[in-house]
Amino acid sequence: MTSGTERLPALRGGTATDGRRSSALRLFGGKAKGGDDAAKRVQFSSPYLPYLFLAPQLAIIFVFFYWPSIQAIQSSFYLEDPFGFGSTFVGMTNYIDVLKSGEYLGIARFTAIFTALVTFFALSIGLLLAVKADGVIRGNATYKTLLIWVYAIAPPVAGLIGMMFFDQHIGPIVELARWFGWDIKVGLNYSDTAFAMIVVSVWKQIPYNFIFFLSGLQGIPVAVREAAAMDCRSGFRRFWTVILPLLAPTAFFLLIINVTYALFDTFGVIDVMVKDKAANNPITLVYKVYMDGFRGNDLGGSSAQSVILMLIVFVLTIFQFRFIERRVHYN
Amino acid sequence: MFKKISLAAFTLAFSATSSLAATDITWWHGMAGRNGEVINEISQKFNEAQSACALTPVSKGTYEEALASGIAAFRSGEQPNILQVFDAGAATIINAKGAVVPAEDLIIKAGHNFDRNAFIDGVRYFYADSEGKFVGMPFNSSAPIMYVNDEALKKAGVEAPKTWEEFEAAAPKLKAAGYIPLVQSQLTWQFTENFFSRNNIQFATNNNGYDSVVDTKLKVTDPNLVMMFDKLKAWKDEGYFAFYGAGWNDNQKVFEEGKAAFWIGSSGSFGGLQKTAQMPFSATFLPYWNAIEGAGTNSFIGGAALFAMSGKTDEENKCVADFFQFLTSPEIQYFYHKATGYVAITKAAYELAQKDGYYKEKPVAEVGIKQLMLPAGDWSKGYRLGFYPQIREIMEREYGRIFSGETTVKDAFDTIEKEGNDLLARFAKTAG
Repeated sequence: MTSGTERLPALRGGTATDGRRSSALRLFGGKAKGGDDAAKRVQFSSPYLPYLFLAPQLAIIFVFFYWPSIQAIQSSFYLEDPFGFGSTFVGMTNYIDVLKSGEYLGIARFTAIFTALVTFFALSIGLLLAVKADGVIRGNATYKTLLIWVYAIAPPVAGLIGMMFFDQHIGPIVELARWFGWDIKVGLNYSDTAFAMIVVSVWKQIPYNFIFFLSGLQGIPVAVREAAAMDCRSGFRRFWTVILPLLAPTAFFLLIINVTYALFDTFGVIDVMVKDKAANNPITLVYKVYMDGFRGNDLGGSSAQSVILMLIVFVLTIFQFRFIERRVHYN
Repeated sequence: MFKKISLAAFTLAFSATSSLAATDITWWHGMAGRNGEVINEISQKFNEAQSACALTPVSKGTYEEALASGIAAFRSGEQPNILQVFDAGAATIINAKGAVVPAEDLIIKAGHNFDRNAFIDGVRYFYADSEGKFVGMPFNSSAPIMYVNDEALKKAGVEAPKTWEEFEAAAPKLKAAGYIPLVQSQLTWQFTENFFSRNNIQFATNNNGYDSVVDTKLKVTDPNLVMMFDKLKAWKDEGYFAFYGAGWNDNQKVFEEGKAAFWIGSSGSFGGLQKTAQMPFSATFLPYWNAIEGAGTNSFIGGAALFAMSGKTDEENKCVADFFQFLTSPEIQYFYHKATGYVAITKAAYELAQKDGYYKEKPVAEVGIKQLMLPAGDWSKGYRLGFYPQIREIMEREYGRIFSGETTVKDAFDTIEKEGNDLLARFAKTAG
């Protein structure tokens, strides 16, 4: 058969074209109108009016995103006493101190591994569950709800639940692992703690990915599936060559979301799992910023770290849009 | 409509003036649960006892969060009148010259008497400057003490040790009787800072950091401290000591369940322990090494102190001083001691508790205060180290590595000293 991507232009009105909004609509049985240009071309009587409508949003973005970022960049060049009595300009010293520290580089390495693993497992398990749930006909609403509701749990609570599962004294997962001769020691053993953190973080993120993949799958027209079924008998190959390329826009969006999740939103999980004392446990870069800034009151050093983190995210986003999005076809 | 609004405005203005009759002061603290409730009760008692001042306590989360909020508020000129700062954060606030009004100055200016000798020895120096003037007002104070599983001792036929040598002799018998001889809950506080105090060894140069921030250096590669951790490691390998990570409760739990013979906890732990311990227990002092000359001195005070933030009106400062006076009165101290398990900080309060027969009823409650009242040595008065919360984090990390076998004791202390000294040098630059 010809590859799925080549056939794409022939299809009209509807894969996951207009992204999230329509995906969500579909999931709840709504019907998205594909390619309705009139809705996009709204006329304003004054050229300034759109800016007026944008102003509140822009103000929020400025106050809560740009202003703190500017402050962080500024204080990263200063060495400052916490109470703000004196600050000395030190140039790049804060950055050099941070980047020279073997400890910091170790944390960066862990963050990279952690992010890659969490993103990979959260995406692949979410996709697997979505594909399976898509095939369920009887009682599929119950299935969906069961798979989605974990998402309603706040990260610290997820961390707490996870911590109970991995508790040294009473954790059921620890008991289970002991049967197989693995003595899990969360909080004592670096890799055991890392394992527990990854499991809890993945578990927390699966429902989110599940929702989007499922709605993406349900957006694939029956005609395409039928055509594919006629062309090819292997279900796996059909999935690989037809369904997956059609899911690519959803997957790309989720990739970005999951990377940011693993980098930043896992903070709550980590904080609960290390119980406020990082000790020799693995932590991510964001947690280190918090430790040095909020607990250690080292504003300059912590600002330098957060600027580094900002740069990492910046580079990552550019990379994703330039290199990965090229391979994604939006109909 | 207009009438209604103006009436509302009038009522509002009126109620505002009526509350202005009393001077409002705020107190930010980092206590939660029962300890937080007790703070509310004390504030209520203060407000009922007089009418000139109205005190509002506000919980800001943990110790660290309270300090961070206090700092952020100070920078924007919104600081509370009173801020609770924990032991490890003391250097941060005391070295920020101008952030606080020394408690002693405040109290004297308000026309009260202030007698340093009224406080028990162990609490007199920790929050004071190098001349002994009280900068912070000691508030919730605790000491690391050793809790004893009475059942285990009976079964093994040993006595509670005073020294680590005695512990070493008793440990094999306890192990043979089926117990974990020793657990502890905070290696930094109990086996580092208070190793220096109980054994009377210098912790840092510049008089443990009191004299100056410039060139202050840690002395954690002290052979005695290295020996202590070598011993801990050896004890762990032989099954005389068990370590469950840096979390306080993971370690305490083993003792509560009656599986361990000795647990190093806080003098403030006993209230909770009374409810959770599944066996009869008693307590004794944190052991020291008999072999170290001059050892057996008092321990550093743990816990937190109250600081009067600067930039407030004289009236408000007067209220803060009145509150500090109120807080150190024997009755309130005794009330707080009983309600929380923290030690009484004045001699008068201690005597009141003795007279009342409190310690006959609960002998464990007296252990902490007695340990703080032991004779002081040159190095048992306190320490004042900048960025100390971060230094503690380094220690926790390295100690974890020692017990997971990732590093040796010697390397761990070399790392702590190096990274710790870098932080101290950084702090000197920010404070300078």
